[in-house]
Amino acid sequence: MLIKSRRLRGLLNSLGSVAVTLFGLLLVTFVISRMLPADPVLAIVGDHATDEYVERVREQLGLNKPILVQFWIYLTNVVQGDLGQSIRTSQPIAQELLTVFPATLELATLGTLIGVVFGIPLGVLAAVRKDTLIDHIVRFFGLVGYSVPIFWLGLMGLLVFYAKLDWLPGPGRLDFGYEDMVTPVTGLMTVDTLIAGDMDLFKNALGHLILPASLLGYYSLAYISRMTRSLMLGQLSQEYILTARVKGVSESRIIWKHAMGNVLVPLITVIALSYGNLLEGSVLTEAVFAWRGLGLYITDAIFGQDMPAVMGGTIVVGAVFIVINMLTDVAYRLLDPRAQ
Amino acid sequence: MISAPFRNWLLSDTPDSRFQARMGRFYLGWLTFAKNPLALLGLIILVLLIVMAIFAPWISPHNPLSGELEDRLLPPSGKFFLGTDENGRDIFSRIVFGARTTLYIIGLVAVTAAPIGLLIGTTAGYVGGWVETALMRITDAFLAFPKLILALAFAAALGPGLENAVLAIAITSWPPYARIARAETLTVRNSDYLAAARMTGAGPFRILFGHIMPMCVPSLIVRVSLDMAGIILIAAGLGFLGLGVAPPQPEWGSMVAEGRSQILEQWWVCTYPGIAICIVSLGFNLIGDGLRDVLDPRGK
Amino acid sequence: MNMLLKAGVAGLALVMASGFAADAKTPKDTLVMAWVFDDIISLDPAEIYEFSSSEYMANTYDRLIVQDLDNPGAVKMQAAESWSASDDGKVITFKIRPGIKFASGNEMTAEDAEFSIERYVILDKNPAFILNQFGLKKETVKDMVRVKDASTLEVELDAPYAPSFFLNCLSFTSAVVDKKEVMSHEANGDLGYDWLRTNYAGSGPFVLKGWKPNESLVMEANESYWGGAPKIKRVLAKNVLESATQQLLLQKGDVDMARNLTNDQLTAIAGDKNITVAATPKATLWYMGLNTTNPNLAKPEVRQAMKYLVDYDGLAKTSFKSIGIKHQTFLPEGQLGADNETPFTLNVEKAKELLAQAGLPDGFNITMDTTNKTETRLLSASIQNTMAKAGINVIIKLADNKTTLTKYRASQHDIYIGQWGSDYQDPHSNAEGYLMAPLAKRNVWQLPENETAVLAARDEKDNTKRAAMYMDLQKKALETSPYIIMFQQIETAAILNNVKGFVIGPTFDLNLYANVTKE
Repeated sequence: MLIKSRRLRGLLNSLGSVAVTLFGLLLVTFVISRMLPADPVLAIVGDHATDEYVERVREQLGLNKPILVQFWIYLTNVVQGDLGQSIRTSQPIAQELLTVFPATLELATLGTLIGVVFGIPLGVLAAVRKDTLIDHIVRFFGLVGYSVPIFWLGLMGLLVFYAKLDWLPGPGRLDFGYEDMVTPVTGLMTVDTLIAGDMDLFKNALGHLILPASLLGYYSLAYISRMTRSLMLGQLSQEYILTARVKGVSESRIIWKHAMGNVLVPLITVIALSYGNLLEGSVLTEAVFAWRGLGLYITDAIFGQDMPAVMGGTIVVGAVFIVINMLTDVAYRLLDPRAQ
Repeated sequence: MISAPFRNWLLSDTPDSRFQARMGRFYLGWLTFAKNPLALLGLIILVLLIVMAIFAPWISPHNPLSGELEDRLLPPSGKFFLGTDENGRDIFSRIVFGARTTLYIIGLVAVTAAPIGLLIGTTAGYVGGWVETALMRITDAFLAFPKLILALAFAAALGPGLENAVLAIAITSWPPYARIARAETLTVRNSDYLAAARMTGAGPFRILFGHIMPMCVPSLIVRVSLDMAGIILIAAGLGFLGLGVAPPQPEWGSMVAEGRSQILEQWWVCTYPGIAICIVSLGFNLIGDGLRDVLDPRGK
Repeated sequence: MNMLLKAGVAGLALVMASGFAADAKTPKDTLVMAWVFDDIISLDPAEIYEFSSSEYMANTYDRLIVQDLDNPGAVKMQAAESWSASDDGKVITFKIRPGIKFASGNEMTAEDAEFSIERYVILDKNPAFILNQFGLKKETVKDMVRVKDASTLEVELDAPYAPSFFLNCLSFTSAVVDKKEVMSHEANGDLGYDWLRTNYAGSGPFVLKGWKPNESLVMEANESYWGGAPKIKRVLAKNVLESATQQLLLQKGDVDMARNLTNDQLTAIAGDKNITVAATPKATLWYMGLNTTNPNLAKPEVRQAMKYLVDYDGLAKTSFKSIGIKHQTFLPEGQLGADNETPFTLNVEKAKELLAQAGLPDGFNITMDTTNKTETRLLSASIQNTMAKAGINVIIKLADNKTTLTKYRASQHDIYIGQWGSDYQDPHSNAEGYLMAPLAKRNVWQLPENETAVLAARDEKDNTKRAAMYMDLQKKALETSPYIIMFQQIETAAILNNVKGFVIGPTFDLNLYANVTKE
């Protein structure tokens, strides 16, 4: 009973701090949006606007009100799920974000999957063969993943695999002429093509995913393999491993069962963090691959001086970040016996 | 490499002064670091970068800022080592001068972000109460942002330019430093040593600036050096998106962006600056990796 | 974990082996084009004013009259069958072409035309100023635009204007919308604006099928178009911002047409046998605007000196080779009275002389606001280089297009570099822009004598005389104006050889798909 209520209080506490953090997030984005060097109204009104028209637009956008009032209005709107209207397209931003978000989700999920599938075995391998050539190679390979600018690697990938070798399809989420033939159900192109029952289009969608997702996957692999290695090393030097060895338990059982069992919980945190990082990494990747996701949405909005859209996108990414952190926190509490 | 007496002095079990002890520890750390060939490679890269930046005018064969229109988009040759760009400028010279930009950015970010984090973290840790809560909530809010997106938003609001890029990166980099500084402050806040200082009549400012902050500096320096590669990549990313340095100053990220439209025919324009970014950020990562080995023997 | 790994690798190999490409790269009945249309903010003809949305309008709406592709500077009939002017020149009468059907099935009448023209004025969006020039104001437009009978429309003007001037203006702002359809979507007296900005109510050769802002624009053939059904079934435009990506997609056959290739890319694909490049000079000029409130730029000698510090010929031979023609006067070629004289060349000695006369023999520092667009980047780099030869140190301030333009509109610049396109195909558009407003206003160079001369030229009814007056104005501008005009833009489209019939017209709207065929 006591444990339960303490856990509940912990949960409420962390929910409270999430709310405060979200408020801070809103404040920061709002401040950024009002730091613009140029008058946002003049950007909208066009070449032949009269002064009277300029003032009218200013009023429509609520930009003539005191700054605190503007922030209050913005805050109440966001709480109600209204992120305002895009200046470039006059569409509701929340709705636009809803259509681009699945694209990023698809990319980041596959990227993380690649990172996990390759990163964990590599990390374990490096830990087991510590200080051997294999270890050095794995570490170096991981460090390179940390060091390569992802936008450049993407350009090189397109140059080699699409332009020169013709192994993979190019930018976009489907071949261009076909993109509008798929009715969005989930927004995930691979799933939607499957729902439509078109295997050719599914293959095509998957092909478009491979290059950008592999790049993100490499980045995630670098992080996951490194953390796996370090966590495994921590376990392998423990008493109980020695005991098991002495007892004659097979090496693979020691590694995959005993050590891995203890590493799994912190690894979940690592994977969640890397997932969050990929949402960020997708900004540059999407810019290179013309991938209409959240990252590209934000950069386009920045260059279109569409500050409401920039704020909306940033808030969503920030909120996803916070939620991921919170979920890992909760998972950690639930799974790890010691955390209780 | 070093003389035997000096070595003995460094490794003495009974150091005569705090300085000697510290140097001894430093030397031991260096020994561990130097055993790691990859870390040494990183150090060599860093030294080369600095040499390149200092002697840029002597190393580069051409003017990095202007070229002739008839020299546009020439492939690598004896005259133009790595080819020329869309304005007929020598890419090799621009990469060499770009080293200055890179060093300038990471240097400026380090000297702006670290003090901000230090100030906020130590204040929060020392003062405590609602000040601490408020400051740490702000820190958390900044931490909740993906760095690149926040830097992007700031750079867009401030407008492109070297100083603005630095500012944007600094604004996004200080929160981890604030956390470290706060944690360090908490461990010493109630120490006898600070109590003694208070007894002698030192005011809170004196204690904060004279006693606490210097204690936090070493761990901050380590953390900043670990972040260098990340800073380089964010700066390059900003440059790539057109929010970096104003032309004609060479910056590697924007050089990649400029070469992007010719990638099919004149691949060298965007390939070489990208390689430069890779090498330098790899160098910093290798150094960071070596440092981590020294500081955290478990992960070795 | 090992199992997972193996399964993953096996799956990947399987998919790789069977290939990813869809059978045909693009559908046979569809024109797929990579294009930058992020400037579209609305699909309502009464608001359409940007380059890309104007092209959309030209392909989906009928206008009373349009510019004649075969006869530059003249208009031809479209939704109107004929026009006539009253003896005093103040009333213009249009006969509506019979048998035009809107997409809704409604027949077009004079009432639709009346409604459409009134909408431009009453909604008061960007293009409204074009009609305001003729006294068609919010308060008066309902009285001045009248339906005589089902097929006759009368437009009364506040004064007699040169008919060519009125018709040229109307050729942009006379798209006819379906009154019944639009008004059925009216809310709060907005004349259907909120609906039409994302929907369609026209009668053109193509009908709108879908618009995702900044993403895609889909149009389908109007099989019962009065002028004959288009030959292609669908037009699919995708917004591809990166020109490198456009080129890749085109060379791989993923698109049929790339609309925004840079000069260097056009040079590169010149050798590709599968690709043809269509090119037409547009009424758009590359220029620099010098803010005369800057004490140095206020001196006419300094402005003249700077006109000698641009490497016009070098640029025309290299980075502007296939996308621009050297041009230095404010009227683009193809407009009435355009002067193609190019008196300025790169002449550092002459510039130094002029700077010395202005008391600035050692030059000065000056900022230039520019964008990251490839062409502006190339121009500004070269100009920075050549200006430095006479001691003028140009400091480049880079920002996104919107920021730069906004600063320019607020006159916060020293030098602005960019493009200016005529609003309509009449010399008055640019004469007014450069000599009265908005460009003259932004660069703070509004002179009363210029205004008088521009208005006189506008109202001159004899076309030969009118042309001579514009020639005169251009000469004067060359000598004193704060504009360094450099190139007239050539619009290009790189097209796969199996696609034929795409037309790039001289004005920014008339890029037409109706005759496109695909083998």
